[in-house]
Amino acid sequence: MNMINTSLMADRPVRAESDVAVAVRGLTRDFGGPAVLRDLSFSIARGEFVALLGRSGSGKSTLLRTLAGLDPAPPETLTVPRARAVVFQEPRLLPWKRVLANVSLGLRTPNAAQKARAALVEVELSHRENAWPLTLSGGEAQRAALARALVREPELLLLDEPFAALDALTRMRMQGLVGELWAAHQPAVLLVTHDVDEALLLADRVMVLRDGAIAVDRQVELPRPRRHADAGFNRMRVELLGALGVTAD
Amino acid sequence: MSGAAITLPTASRAASRLPWRRVNGFLRRAYVPIVIVLLWQAGSALGLYSVQTVPPPTVVAQAAWQLACSGQLAINIWVSLERVAFGLSIGVAIGTLFALIAGLSRLGEDAIDSTVQMVRTLPHLALIPLMIMWFGIGETPKITLIALGSMFPIYLNLFAGIRGADRKLREAAGTLGLSQFETILHVVLPAALPGFLVGLRQAFGISWITLVVAEQINASAGIGYLVMNARDFLRTDIIFVGLTIYALLGLLTDSSVRFLEHHFLAWRPAYLKQESGK
Repeated sequence: MNMINTSLMADRPVRAESDVAVAVRGLTRDFGGPAVLRDLSFSIARGEFVALLGRSGSGKSTLLRTLAGLDPAPPETLTVPRARAVVFQEPRLLPWKRVLANVSLGLRTPNAAQKARAALVEVELSHRENAWPLTLSGGEAQRAALARALVREPELLLLDEPFAALDALTRMRMQGLVGELWAAHQPAVLLVTHDVDEALLLADRVMVLRDGAIAVDRQVELPRPRRHADAGFNRMRVELLGALGVTAD
Repeated sequence: MSGAAITLPTASRAASRLPWRRVNGFLRRAYVPIVIVLLWQAGSALGLYSVQTVPPPTVVAQAAWQLACSGQLAINIWVSLERVAFGLSIGVAIGTLFALIAGLSRLGEDAIDSTVQMVRTLPHLALIPLMIMWFGIGETPKITLIALGSMFPIYLNLFAGIRGADRKLREAAGTLGLSQFETILHVVLPAALPGFLVGLRQAFGISWITLVVAEQINASAGIGYLVMNARDFLRTDIIFVGLTIYALLGLLTDSSVRFLEHHFLAWRPAYLKQESGK
């Protein structure tokens, strides 16, 4: 195991294997050039909400794709639950299926449609269950994508900058919604983002990825609901921005 | 007047356009062809051209009526339709099969694509002499030619459609736990459907062209036979009947594909806009 990582992990309580949703052990990824992920090691506990910050090209999307099973990885470096779901930056709904069919797609339970309806109620989109995806607004489409992920009852929910393409007001609503859904269903969450505020609003723990290695791994011990105005919030914000190479004046 | 113009909101301008919009869509589209037919008749009445060279619509209609009464019209249309139905079915089936094999696997692409692309460059009508030598002058060469001509547009458009299926959607389908077969069924094939329907439209067009050429060689029935026979008896009016039937059949098949598009591609923005505009 890499020195930096062990030292960073040291202040985290050691958990029993059954408490762990995700375990990454010495994961290295390269695409023929310099390594995108360099000997990464970390774990995510069951029900833990982890935000992964990083600048463009830091390898955070590669890490998420690897956890999602979209990019291959040596099996000994990775433990992930079977039940996982991904919400991408774009909704990626099938335009030729109505919203409900999109949400229930691939569900193998007998009451798939019923479950899908329930998920749509949770994301406040049940009035659009018969709509074609291309008629949805950006926020609605992303809520449908969220319902599609939720309905699979994931133990690990992977969010790849899911709010990046939304307008500011819609983004705030969506952040609130994700927080509520996480509290209700308690999946482990890995939220990839470049928005420090978003990470601090939602996450139990924030990691900063820099040049394919974890540069910061911090618990966010602020009371919920989180407020931008809190002194603690601001302190962490400055610290994380510093880790991302942005100095606030 | 100017006062009225100022108070005219956009809503009432839209309302003034409504009577025309409310006219049946078919009538709106048929308007210009009807005017052309009327001008054609008028030109004949004014003696601009002789009835022998360009028979007016009334004479053509009369000839059509006579052919219909004698039963010749129905028989010959039926024979022609049968040729297209058989040939097109075979062509679409083979084109679809090849496109699926080549589109869904690299191995299939290597085996099929270059060969099909090579054969495609050959104008299929150039094969008529060979077809006659191989299959004689019966139905087989005609149906084979139609099948051959219609399979390429299906193959090309469906293959492109399959390969053009959004990689991001396929990826998302993978994360939803869809098997490879389900991904093809729910993601790849629906994505390729618009291409397939474009191919079908082109295939119909080629079928009619092929039919016209094939029927003018050694046919003993069919619209082409009707036309060639009329030429021998200098019956320009019957030739016009044949041409009109070709045009109507082409129109019919085109609108049937249009219907399929409306039905199967209802999710597309173009159709969605029409729906909300109603």
